[in-house]
Amino acid sequence: MSQTDSQAKTPATQPAAAPEGTGFGGMQARSAAAINAVSRISVRNLDFYYGDNRALKGINLDLPERQVTGMIGPSGCGKSTLLRVLNRMYSLYPGQRAEGEVLMDGQNIIAPNVDLNDLRSKVGMVFQKPTPFPMTIYDNIAFGVRLHEKLSKSQMDERVEWALSRAAIWDEVKDRLHTSAMGLSGGQQQRLCIARTIAVRPEVILFDEPTSALDPISTLKIEELIDELKRDFTICIVTHNMQQAARCADQVAFFYLGELIEVAPAAQMFTAPREQKTQEYITGRFG
Amino acid sequence: MSTTAPTFAFTRSAAEERTKRSLGRRRGIVDRVVTLFCLLATAVGLFFLGAILFTLLRRGLVALDLTIFTAEFAPTRYGDDSLPKGGLLHAITGSLIQVAIATAIGTPIGLFVGTYLAEYSQRTALGNAVRFVSDILLSAPSILIGLFIYQIVVLPMGGFSGIAGALALAVIVVPVVVRTTEDMLQLIPNTLREAVIALGAPKWKMIVLVCYKAALSGIVTGVLLAIARIAGETAPLLLTSFGNNVVSTDLSRPMASLPISIYQQANSGFPDLIEIAWTGALLVTAGVLVINILARVLLRKRI
Ligand SMILES: Nc1ncnc2c1ncn2[C@@H]1O[C@H](COP(=O)(O)OP(=O)(O)OP(=O)(O)O)[C@@H](O)[C@H]1O
Ligand SMILES: [Mg+2]
Repeated sequence: MSQTDSQAKTPATQPAAAPEGTGFGGMQARSAAAINAVSRISVRNLDFYYGDNRALKGINLDLPERQVTGMIGPSGCGKSTLLRVLNRMYSLYPGQRAEGEVLMDGQNIIAPNVDLNDLRSKVGMVFQKPTPFPMTIYDNIAFGVRLHEKLSKSQMDERVEWALSRAAIWDEVKDRLHTSAMGLSGGQQQRLCIARTIAVRPEVILFDEPTSALDPISTLKIEELIDELKRDFTICIVTHNMQQAARCADQVAFFYLGELIEVAPAAQMFTAPREQKTQEYITGRFG
Repeated sequence: MSTTAPTFAFTRSAAEERTKRSLGRRRGIVDRVVTLFCLLATAVGLFFLGAILFTLLRRGLVALDLTIFTAEFAPTRYGDDSLPKGGLLHAITGSLIQVAIATAIGTPIGLFVGTYLAEYSQRTALGNAVRFVSDILLSAPSILIGLFIYQIVVLPMGGFSGIAGALALAVIVVPVVVRTTEDMLQLIPNTLREAVIALGAPKWKMIVLVCYKAALSGIVTGVLLAIARIAGETAPLLLTSFGNNVVSTDLSRPMASLPISIYQQANSGFPDLIEIAWTGALLVTAGVLVINILARVLLRKRI
């Protein structure tokens, strides 16, 4: 990505002379609203190993409550790995292990005695590729809820409608709730997956490149959605799209080769990064 | 910093044009030859299939009437039409009973083993051993399975029995279901599994509520394959349920079955009994066909 390129891509509707938040590559970062001081998840001295391969090195990061943390960095730098620590997805695979502390509600969630199902109901995840379950749209949403709550039929109906509405897909599917979810378009499927995650009412939602398989319109919808969701949820989003990080995130973390190089409010990150490496990456000089 | 696109010659030189044309010609010829071979092979295959079905229908329809479904075995009439005509009721009931029991026993075992292999034993020594044994069982000659059941069931029970036949067939069902279950579960992308786990589902719920659903059509097809296979098995039944000339639902006594009846009557040398054997063969084939069609219709209704 070159500077001229990305300037050309900046939407014409943006105010021409944004007083602040105009950064490298002409990106519009959200203005530097103060980063919430309350940390929902605190990562302390986290190391992660795939067998002998150390993929994360001494990470320290706070996810501020009800704000969006963007994670950027070149391919293979460990962004997905960090997300998969936050909901203990790595525990599915023997040979993968984390060391250090990840604190949530005063508890170290990477300790061995943690109730993983309970943790995952609090820390939801949306994946890169939409993964609808092979069942009806209704059951896709109800599935996760049934795991953790006993609801009556009418309560469940309400919950399904609520989740689908929050994920901005209710109007598109309300007449076909009892048809297979496999028949939805890619963008709709991804919003369904978001609805499915919301329906469990987690506290934190992790997004791993949620829009990289989607068209621009669906991408826009999901970005708007993330902006909406942060009123209620603490959000963490991995993205390769610098504009997306600038548009969605309150705070941005830059990773490089398994290390957290820099974390800063989005506006500052994209206008005045402290580190040379960060600057080179966000201006597209490598990555 | 701005990048400029590298320059390419977008037009081909005359020499490049010539190579491209000759390459195109060669590909065209190869394409036609390969297509021809494929068509030939298909035609040969279809010819034999058609010939078998044709013979089956021509010979099988001769003796097909209601008596086949209402009467038990009767000795040859030596062309005397006043003697009662025999049927296959004893064989049909026997086959249905033994196949049903074998499927009922073999399917859950195969399903559990296949699930264990696909979901719980990745790259473990025990898993590899189980998979190896199951694959050997899959290709074991079925007479061997009959012999095995003969040793461990027929001899201790002191005689041939329907249950021994059903058990022998169940042993054949298990590895087929194991194989298809494992294969079908392995086709499910890990991302789907992780998506279920990410909602806070325990592993067993992931398997039962999502993976089985995703693999359902494949697993059902596997069970049907197994049924189709045992419906026509003869050798293991010879050593286990042996056969019977009358309708018997007593599992502790010898029990008839279509393949054995076909075998016995086709071997009898009497034209009227051989006709009935052909009708039996037609029934087995038709039964397998109906099962397949039914399953397809049922599966299409599912999600
Ligand atoms: N299952 C695995 N086994 C072994 N090594 C792995 C595994 N998954 C990832 N890695 C390694 O860990 C490092 C970090 O990978 P990770 O997937 O977290 O990168 P990423 O930042 O998400 O990259 P991308 O932007 O391409 O998704 C990489 O060097 C990768 O090779
Ligand atoms: Mg990744």
